Amino acid sequence: MLVSIVFDGVAYAMILFIISVGLSVTMGMMGFVNLAHGVFAMAGGYFTVSAMVAVGMPFLLALPGAAVLVGVASLVLERLLYAPLYNARELDQVLLSIGIVLMAAAAFTFAYGPGPVSIDVPDYLSGQIDAGFRTFPTYRVFLIAVGAVLAVALWYGVERTTIGARIRAAVDNRRMAESVGIDVDSLFRFTFALGSGVAALGGGLAVEVLGVSPGFAIQYLVLFLIVVSVGGLGTIKGTLVAALVLGVIDNAGKYLWPEGGAFIIYAVTIAILLYRPHGLFGRSHG
Amino acid sequence: MADATRARERATAHVVTAHRWRWVEAAPWLVATGAFFLLPDYMTLGTQIVITVMFALSLDLILGFAGIITLGHAAYFGVGAYACGMLSAHLGWTEPVSALFAATLVAAFVGWLSGLVLMRYHGLTLLMLTLSVAILLQQLANTYSDFTGGFDGLTGIYFDPVFGVFEYDLWSHTHYWYALAWLAVVFVVARRIVYSPFGRSLVGIRENALRMHAVGAPVFRRQVAVYTVSAGIAGLSGALFAQANTFVTLDVLGFTRSGIIMIILILGGTGRLYGAFVGAIVYMVLEDELSKLTPEFWEFGVGLALVLVVLFARNGILGLLDRARSLLAERGR
Repeated sequence: MLVSIVFDGVAYAMILFIISVGLSVTMGMMGFVNLAHGVFAMAGGYFTVSAMVAVGMPFLLALPGAAVLVGVASLVLERLLYAPLYNARELDQVLLSIGIVLMAAAAFTFAYGPGPVSIDVPDYLSGQIDAGFRTFPTYRVFLIAVGAVLAVALWYGVERTTIGARIRAAVDNRRMAESVGIDVDSLFRFTFALGSGVAALGGGLAVEVLGVSPGFAIQYLVLFLIVVSVGGLGTIKGTLVAALVLGVIDNAGKYLWPEGGAFIIYAVTIAILLYRPHGLFGRSHG
Repeated sequence: MADATRARERATAHVVTAHRWRWVEAAPWLVATGAFFLLPDYMTLGTQIVITVMFALSLDLILGFAGIITLGHAAYFGVGAYACGMLSAHLGWTEPVSALFAATLVAAFVGWLSGLVLMRYHGLTLLMLTLSVAILLQQLANTYSDFTGGFDGLTGIYFDPVFGVFEYDLWSHTHYWYALAWLAVVFVVARRIVYSPFGRSLVGIRENALRMHAVGAPVFRRQVAVYTVSAGIAGLSGALFAQANTFVTLDVLGFTRSGIIMIILILGGTGRLYGAFVGAIVYMVLEDELSKLTPEFWEFGVGLALVLVVLFARNGILGLLDRARSLLAERGR
């Protein structure tokens, strides 16, 4: 019982992590309050479905395909809508991104209908894995594996490569990074596209577990923002820890106390933010 | 030199005369009265609009004047609505005016209590905290369904006729005038606040909190004070909502309500009181007409309008009117 609650919670947390991590880095770098990040995940979910249903792509190809597509498309959005507001007030950024969420929700309703979409997960990912002492749902094991691989890859990319060092520099102090010759603008575009693509991957993975419908971006917006702000802006480790803590707590709360467990993570979030306004691993700057 | 003197004189004149009532300010009330006689069948919508104007006005006090950004203002609307509804449904408190007062006090108290904590934070942290507080309240209302009716909503709300005289009717005519009278009271209070030294200091805090600290203004206390007043007004509008609908559901506390009221205020124009009127009327009339036809197009339209306002018309509809007027004035010269 306890094992399966924690296990499901970790699988759920991995989706939260995959979707939120890009948001954490882009918000940390540009200070842009982006409420529309879930749109990229939602688009990823829909494109994965389309690639499988309309084109007949296998699941494991549709996932990265959708991620690349969304990553490239997000660049257009970034140039067109986000870029003019990098130095604007928070309020304007909040409003702009709410506008984007509403437009996306309407557009996806128009294209795919108001209900949730579903996919047929391939046989090798459905069913159960027998670990000897108990069985685990294969798809959730797969989720945890993908999350772990991504976390390691992103950690390596940010901590051990030159471009990662540049990203860290830009998050820490954008002006200073610019004055030592880092092209923060194009670095940001790269990070933005990467983050959106990874979120789209998370959205594709979420279709089977959370379900993707036009309300997805609004429904989970709060959760992604909570993960990012509890973890601290611009930290991959923070996002991972926050996703794990909140994912497991949320899952356990809903399991053990079905009629009331939903408010626990908000109470936890408030407690953490009151105590550490910049999140668990965030630093105050700028 | 002469220019500078003249500018200073103009600024002084503005401070001295800004609070005076102008003839134009009769317009909303004339429109409200005219609407009653021209469109008597639409007074259910009219009542909702009046309530929304009041709610938007409460947000304008903190967002437009004090510059406090919140994503959870529905918390206080919902507290007012539930307080008023529960007074009637559980305690049998059916006198409407005193129930409104009570609900307003409850909401103001919750606003004061949460403001004492929230106003110590700003930026993204404040956004997340206000958002979380509202959703926490919503989830609590869902959990304690014995008191709130939970997901099914709070039923059994009944109120006596206003002053024991004015019976409620099917067309919401009584509710309309009742809500409008409350709006008039709230508006006069809000207007007094905005043009008072207290209100001016709020604008100072919005523009430059550091400098207000430096000149010795008690920034935190002022923010908590206006947050409390705003929560009270939001609660009053929520209580009116409960009385007019005799039904309260969980969505009074929802993120959607917080978001929509912000959109309404932004569309109308912030920091000018009348933005709440223009925004609420335009938004709700259009919603009533358009969302019946195609909900997706309405949703898309709201999103697009929001993006366009942010990119090109930061001061909303009233800001656009101002700009058009000054252009015309220049043309005329």
